[in-house]
Amino acid sequence: MTEVVATSQTIVVVGGGISGMTAALEAAECGRQVLLIEKTPTLGGRTALLYRYFPKLCHPTCGLEINLRRIKASRNLRVLTLAEVTKITGTRGDYSVTLKRSPRYVNENCTACGACGEAVEAAIDNPYNYGLSKMKAAYLPHAMAYPQRYVLDPSIVGTPEGAKAKAACKYGAIDLDMKQETLEIKAGAVIWATGWQPYDAAKIQPYGYDRYPNVITSVEFERLADPHGPTGGKIARPSDGKEAKNIAFIQCAGSRDENHLRHCSRICCMASLKQTQYLREAYGEAAKSTVYYIDIRAIDRFEDFYKKVLGDPGVRFVKSKPARIAEELQTRDPVVHGVDTEGYHRYATRHDLVVLAVGMEPSVKGADVPHEIVADSSGFIESAASGGFFAAGCASNALDVNRSVQSATAGALRAIQVVRKSDRVEA
Amino acid sequence: MGAMNEQALAKYTNNFLREVEERVEEGDWVKMCMQCGVCAGSCPFGPDWEHSPQKIFMMIRAGKRDEVLSSDSMWMCTSCYNCVVRCPRELPITQIMHGLATYAERLGLAPKMNPTRKFSLQFWDNCTRTGRVNELKLVLQVYFRDGFVSGIGKFWDMRATGLKLLLARRMNPFELLFPHRCKDAKGIQAMLKKAYEIEDRRKGFAK
Ligand SMILES: Cc1cc2nc3c(=O)[nH]c(=O)nc-3n(C[C@H](O)[C@H](O)[C@H](O)COP(=O)(O)OP(=O)(O)OC[C@H]3O[C@@H](n4cnc5c(N)ncnc54)[C@H](O)[C@@H]3O)c2cc1C
Repeated sequence: MTEVVATSQTIVVVGGGISGMTAALEAAECGRQVLLIEKTPTLGGRTALLYRYFPKLCHPTCGLEINLRRIKASRNLRVLTLAEVTKITGTRGDYSVTLKRSPRYVNENCTACGACGEAVEAAIDNPYNYGLSKMKAAYLPHAMAYPQRYVLDPSIVGTPEGAKAKAACKYGAIDLDMKQETLEIKAGAVIWATGWQPYDAAKIQPYGYDRYPNVITSVEFERLADPHGPTGGKIARPSDGKEAKNIAFIQCAGSRDENHLRHCSRICCMASLKQTQYLREAYGEAAKSTVYYIDIRAIDRFEDFYKKVLGDPGVRFVKSKPARIAEELQTRDPVVHGVDTEGYHRYATRHDLVVLAVGMEPSVKGADVPHEIVADSSGFIESAASGGFFAAGCASNALDVNRSVQSATAGALRAIQVVRKSDRVEA
Repeated sequence: MGAMNEQALAKYTNNFLREVEERVEEGDWVKMCMQCGVCAGSCPFGPDWEHSPQKIFMMIRAGKRDEVLSSDSMWMCTSCYNCVVRCPRELPITQIMHGLATYAERLGLAPKMNPTRKFSLQFWDNCTRTGRVNELKLVLQVYFRDGFVSGIGKFWDMRATGLKLLLARRMNPFELLFPHRCKDAKGIQAMLKKAYEIEDRRKGFAK
């Protein structure tokens, strides 16, 4: 049984992405007791799956590593992975939180040596590459995973594959008898930082994401460019593995659209501008990007980045939301059809690959939060009547990392105010 | 155009957008267009008309009154609704196109020789006269639109289909002489007259 000591002075943070980590650390470093709850086997969230960060194009390893070091150094912060919140009752200063904890089948003895992964043959879709590759059913999520411990996929437990993993482990780290647990803990305040998920591109019927292999999403493109990704960093097309040098980036794929997501996802313009530079880095003079857009929203100081990309001769901007994508039968080249707004010219342009800049939607839609909350029409959380429940990062809005961190720090401050009050009441 | 019409139009001088908003069916949606271009790219007739819906909306805002109202573009709309289902702002584009066409027609600015305009007028006349569409008559009008010889030619080309319709009793040649009427054709006409009156009053049209 997991032992978790929590009181009404504890701050519970749900979601271990950059926002949840930040909120938890800021509160813990102010001397508060914090419990950080993450659904998957590792912290890091979606930022760990980016190749580089705009605007400076640094690697996400950097930002995450600093936070992981802070977490390791903090005595006030406890992390629970593979845990989900199923119920929150009570009010400001006095919550009762019910958690469901799934088994990892690997205990603290694990040294991440990798022997179990080598022994096991069964493979599963790799969610950290958005299913673009397979991974062993005994795995370390990714290079930056925290905790640095392997995980056994439940599908091999109770099979000869599970037994193989156990036999391969020299440290007695594999425990096939682990069971799902339910815990109930107390908390004074809750910070909800469950982040976002990419909009399901298959729903944008005229773009054919579900039919054409060479139409992919922006999150998949991040993985293609990453040396740790499915292609080892080679920007190649899914249909034939050919180098993709002529790429279309289609903005507002699902965003600003009453038929899909009605909000502007805010970061996609910058994400695509950034991705044109991945192509430049990979193929130099041969790189040809075309950005199809309604209007470029490189918010405030990002305008500089936009200007820089505007000056890049390898990047072309077409002011138009494409109407549809077709596919050339022989080559499987995607052809983008539409009419541009600067002159109303009809175009049908062939590309090697199309990247849909998909919108962000809340990963836990407002309605699925096990607590009575107020959400906007897109499901982003605004507040809760109970008074001690706050949203941070992409759970609250479509934000980039910088703004997520700001919102997480603000959330931590609000939560501290709540538990300080209950401090005083009890004293 | 009568003096009253002139007067009604005076307040819209240089403000075609407001005129459209107030006088054209669904015209108040025009300002919601964000010029993304999906309607233009989605229209099956796209390559065949002068101005796409996207462009028409921009021209309305730019005050290009004559160009818009005398254009044949809205008359090319086949009501497939592709644009309506794809418009990210949910503009009723098809309805606006028909609204513009109707408005242009009422002001006498619609292109006289446009075939779809002609067909629309024939259709309307046909169905309001008896309260029912007389398909046989309508088809003949369309066949003989370009003169007698060309009409006979089309008629001959379609003879096999015609015969089948006849045998299946889906077409009755006597309809030409004794058209089927609805029970109260007069009532329908009175209703339409009233509807016109109300519309004229609301939208400030004068007789
Ligand atoms: C294509 C693309 C490129 C981008 N590039 C950049 C960039 O270059 N620079 C930049 O600043 N921003 C970029 N962003 C935005 C960036 O990804 C987000 O700002 C960031 O991920 C927000 O972090 P978060 O912690 O709020 O959410 P997330 O990263 O989504 O983290 C949420 C965490 O909560 C966990 N969770 C979810 N549900 C539950 C639950 N019920 N219980 C417990 N845990 C749960 C998840 O597993 C996850 O670990 C990009 C976005 C996209 C789409």
